[in-house]
Amino acid sequence: MSVVPYKPSRRRITPGRVITYAVLVGFSIFYLIPVYVLVVTSLKSFREVSLDRMWNLPQSFSLDSFRDAWFGNEETSVNGLASSFWNSIVLTVPAALISAAVGSINGYVLTKWKFRGADVVFPLILFGMFIPYQSVLIPLVQLMQNLHLYGSLWGLIFVHVIYGIPITTLIFRNYYAGVPTELIEAGRIDGAGIIGIYRYILFPISLPGFIVVLIWQFTSVWNEFLFAVVLVNTPSSQPITVALNNLAGSFSVAWNVQMAGALLAALPTLVVYIFLGRYFLRGLLAGSVKG
Amino acid sequence: MEATSSVQASPQVGRRRFNFDRVIAIALIAPSLLAIAVFVYFFIGQTAYVSLVRWNDLLPDYTFVGLRNYDKLFQIERFQADMSNTLKFTVVFIFVCLAVGLLLANLLDQKIKGEAIFRNIFMFPLAISFIVTGVAWRWLLTPSSGVNLIGSAIGIVDMKNPPGWFTDPKIGILAVAIAAVWQTSGYVMAMYLAGLRSIPDEIKEAARIDGATEWQLFRQITLPLLQPITLSAVIILGHISLKIFDLTKSMTGPGAGFSTDVPALFMFETTFSGSHFSQGAAIAMVLLVVVSVLIIPYLIYNFRNEVRS
Amino acid sequence: MQKHNRSVMTLVALFAMITMVLSACDNNSTTSNATTSKTPAAANTPAASNSNGSAATGKLEMFSWWTTGGESAGLKAMYKLYTKDRPNVEIVNQAVAGAAGSDAKAVLKSRMLGGDPPDSFQVHMGHELLDGYVAAGQVEPLDDLYKSEGFDKAFPQGVLDIVSGNGHYWSVPVNIHRANVLWYNKKVFTDNGLAAPVTFDDFFKAADVLKAKGITPLALGDKVPFASAHLFETVLVGTLGAENYKGLWNGKTKWDGPEVTQALNNFKKMLGYINSDHAALTWDQANDMLIAGKAGMTIMGDWVDADYKAKAFTDYGWTTSPGTKGLYDALSDTFALPKGAKNKENALAWLKLAGSQVGQDAFNPLKGSIPARIDAGKGDYDAYLLSAIADWKKDTIVPSVVHGAAAKDGWATAYTDSVNSFVTSLDVGKTQKALVQAAADNMTSK
Repeated sequence: MSVVPYKPSRRRITPGRVITYAVLVGFSIFYLIPVYVLVVTSLKSFREVSLDRMWNLPQSFSLDSFRDAWFGNEETSVNGLASSFWNSIVLTVPAALISAAVGSINGYVLTKWKFRGADVVFPLILFGMFIPYQSVLIPLVQLMQNLHLYGSLWGLIFVHVIYGIPITTLIFRNYYAGVPTELIEAGRIDGAGIIGIYRYILFPISLPGFIVVLIWQFTSVWNEFLFAVVLVNTPSSQPITVALNNLAGSFSVAWNVQMAGALLAALPTLVVYIFLGRYFLRGLLAGSVKG
Repeated sequence: MEATSSVQASPQVGRRRFNFDRVIAIALIAPSLLAIAVFVYFFIGQTAYVSLVRWNDLLPDYTFVGLRNYDKLFQIERFQADMSNTLKFTVVFIFVCLAVGLLLANLLDQKIKGEAIFRNIFMFPLAISFIVTGVAWRWLLTPSSGVNLIGSAIGIVDMKNPPGWFTDPKIGILAVAIAAVWQTSGYVMAMYLAGLRSIPDEIKEAARIDGATEWQLFRQITLPLLQPITLSAVIILGHISLKIFDLTKSMTGPGAGFSTDVPALFMFETTFSGSHFSQGAAIAMVLLVVVSVLIIPYLIYNFRNEVRS
Repeated sequence: MQKHNRSVMTLVALFAMITMVLSACDNNSTTSNATTSKTPAAANTPAASNSNGSAATGKLEMFSWWTTGGESAGLKAMYKLYTKDRPNVEIVNQAVAGAAGSDAKAVLKSRMLGGDPPDSFQVHMGHELLDGYVAAGQVEPLDDLYKSEGFDKAFPQGVLDIVSGNGHYWSVPVNIHRANVLWYNKKVFTDNGLAAPVTFDDFFKAADVLKAKGITPLALGDKVPFASAHLFETVLVGTLGAENYKGLWNGKTKWDGPEVTQALNNFKKMLGYINSDHAALTWDQANDMLIAGKAGMTIMGDWVDADYKAKAFTDYGWTTSPGTKGLYDALSDTFALPKGAKNKENALAWLKLAGSQVGQDAFNPLKGSIPARIDAGKGDYDAYLLSAIADWKKDTIVPSVVHGAAAKDGWATAYTDSVNSFVTSLDVGKTQKALVQAAADNMTSK
C-alpha cells in the first residue's frame, strides 16, 4: 500500500477565517493608532507640531526631538532623560526582584502551609492593593523620614516592595494553588522541612510564575510617578517618569520633545513585553487556570 | 524503605519538625503582615481619623467633627459627579475589557498565522504608562482633530458638529474608558488565551462527539472553566478602575462640568492644591468603602467555592 | 475547626482594629512634630552677613516648578550669578513640572508636612503663602532682610501690601506677571477692520464681527481648569473695578451682590464666543489657534508672550482685558525661607539675589516676566515686557486669585471648581450661590 505522507490539514479559506483575520487586523489598527501619533509627532520640529495637523507626516524627518529628549538641550533649557534612565534601572530591577521573592514566599506559605487563619490573612493582604496612594502620601513621607529612608532611591525601592506585596502574593498564590499537594507530601516524607521543600521542590518549578510577576512589577515600578516624585527629592536620583514629566514646562509644552521622551521612556518595558511576551503567556498558562 | 522506617521510628520527631515548620511559616509571612499592617492599615486608620476632624488648612486642626465632612461631601456637586463617573467607568471598563480580551483570545486561539505579531500588538500598551496613554488619547479624541478628522475623511463625521468625546458632558468619562480599555485589555486577553490553551482538547472533542455546537461548547464548558480567570481579571481591573488617577489627570483633567472627574483626582486636588486635608481624607475613605463593598463579597464567594472544591 | 477559625478571625480583626486606632493616636504627635521648628526659631532673621560669600559651603536646595524653556533658563541665569558669589555652594535644583505648579505644590506640601523642607522654594505671593505655610508656622519672617537690603523701598506699595501679613514680610518677589491681558492676531484684526477693544461693549462688537466671519472670537483652552477661572477673574476685575474686586476677598464686597451677578452675566455672554472644544485644549494649544489665524483673541496672562517667542510668532498685539484699563491684575513668583532649612545662610544669600536689581534683570527677560522692583528693567526685554514695565509703575495693582495672591489655596480651588461648573451649566444663580459658599467656607481675617 502506498504511504501517504501525513499533511497537517490545511485550513480552507472559509468566510469564518476571513472574518477572524479581518477582526484581528481591525483591532490591531485600534491598538496601533496612538503609536502612530506618538511617533509622527516626535519626528516633527517644534513649529510643525499642532493639533490640527496631527495626522500629517512630518515635512522633514528630524530626530532632533529624540536628541533633545535624551541628551537635553542647553539652548532651550531641556534636561535630558539619560541620567534618569539609569536611575530607573537601579530602582526597578531590585524592586521587581525583591518583591517577586517576597510574593513567592508568601504565596508558598499561604497555599502549602495553611496555618490557622491563613485564609483570613490573604484577603487582608489583598485589600492593600486597593488603597488610593494619594491618601497615604503624607503619613508615608513622615514615616519614611522617621526611618531615615526618605529622599533616596533605596527608600523608593522599599516602598515599591511593600506596596507590591498584595499583587505579587496574589499571582504566586494562584500559581502555587495549582501545584499538587502530593509533591509537597513527597518532600515531607523525604524529610524536608519548610525551607527545604521550597528550595528543592517548589522554587525550581516557579519560573513561569516569576516571569509573570517580574514583568508585571517591572512595568508597574518603571511607569510609576506619584511615589517617585514625592519620595525622591534629589534631581540626580530621580526616576525617568519624573524626568519625563519635567520635559514638559509648567506652562507651555514642546509636544514633539515630550512624545519623543515618552517613546524613549517606554522602550525598556516595550522590549520586555515583546521579547518576553511568550514567556509571560506561558507563565499565565501555568498559573492562572486555578483562580 | 528508609523513609517509612524513619517515620515509624520517631513519630515525635516528625511532629516536632512539623510544628517547627509551622513556626517558620508564620515567621516567613510575618514581615509582609507587619508591612501591610503599617503601610496599609495604619495609614488607613490615620486617614479615617483625619476624615473625622476639621483639618482644612495647612495648620492641622484636630477638632473632632464626626461625620460632618462626609455629610458635606455628598452634597458637593463635584463629588456627586465623581461617584456617578466612577460607577459608569468601572462598569464599562471591566465589561469591555473582559469582552475584548475574551474575543481576541478566542480569535488568537485558532492557529492564526502571525499569532505572535498580533499578540505583541495587543499587549504592548501594557508597557506604556498611563500618563503617556493619557497624552496620546487626548490628542486622538480632541473634537477638532484626532479621530474625528479621520471620521470626516471617510464621511461619517461632520466637522461642523463633531462628537465631543470627553468634552461632551454626556459622554465624558466613557471616552477615558476607551483609553483605559486600550491600555489594559491586552492583559485580559493574555490571561484568557492562557486559560483557553489549558483546557484539554479531549474535553472539547468529547463534547463535540456528543453533538454539542461550538456555541454550546463555549457557553457550557469553556466559559465555566474560565471563571477563575474572570475572577482574577475582575479583581485586577477593579483595582485599576477604582483608583484611576494618572490617566484622567493627563488626558482630560476634571473635564467640562466635571464629566471626567474621578474621586482620586478630586482627592489629590483638594488635599494638595486646596489644603482641605480632612475633605481629602473623607474622599479616600469613601473610595475604600466602595471598594470593600464590591470586593469583599466577591472574595468570600470565591473562597467558599475553593473550600468546597 | 470552625470554632478555631472564628476565634482566629476575631483575633485578626482585633489586630487590624488596634493598629488603626493606634495610628489615630499617633497621628497627633507625628504631625505636630513636623510643624514645630527643628532649629531654635529666632523671631527675626539675623542681619545679613554676606561678607564671606566665597567661604560659604554646603548646599542650596531650591524647589520650584520651573523645569524647561525660558523659566528654567532664567533660573539658571540666577544660579550663575549666585555661584559667582558663592562658588563652593552646591546648588541642588529640585524642580517638578506640572500645570501651574500643581504637582510641585503636592510634593512641597508632602515635604513640609513630612518635616523635610528645602532651603528655599518658589511660591506665589499673597494669601497662598500667608494663609498656608505662614499660618502653619513653617516659614521665617524676613523683616530684617527687607530692611538691610532696602526691599521695603524697592517694591511698590501694592506688592509690599500683598507679601506682608501680621506686620511681617514673608517672601521675596522676583518677578511680576500680569493676568489681565487680551492678545489678538494683528492680521485677523486688520483684515476685519477691528481695533483693540477697551470695554466689554467693544469686545462683544469685535466678537460679533469675527463670529460672522467664521473665526473663533475668543480662544480658550481649559483642559486645565485654571484657564477659565483666570478668564472669569479678569471679568470680575473688569466689571467690579479695583476696590470692589479687592473687597471680594476680605468681606467688604458681597458675593451675592448685583456686581457679581453682572460679572457672571458678562462672563456668560463671553462664553458664547469661545471654541467648542475648549475642554480638550491646554491654554497654549488655544494660543495655537490664534497663531494660525483661526481665532482672533485670547485672554491669558503674559506668559503667552514667551509662548509666541518660542513659536517665532510676531504678528500679535495686546491690550488690557475688557474693562481693566489702568489696572494691573498681578501675580508674582516669590521665594520664601522655610523654618528648619538646612542651609539657612545660603538660602538667605539666595533671597538677597532674588530681590536684587541685578538678579531680577538676569531672570526676567528670559522668563518672560517683569521685575518686581521699580528700579529694575534694564535688560533685553521685548516690546510687550517694556510696555508692561511702564504700566507697572503707574497702574493700580489688584491681586490675582487664580494665582494665589488674593485668597488662600482652599478658596482658590473652590472658586475654580465653581467656575468650571459654570462654563458647562451657564447657571448664574447656582454659581453665585456656590461662590458665596466658597467665600463663607474659606474667608480668613487678615
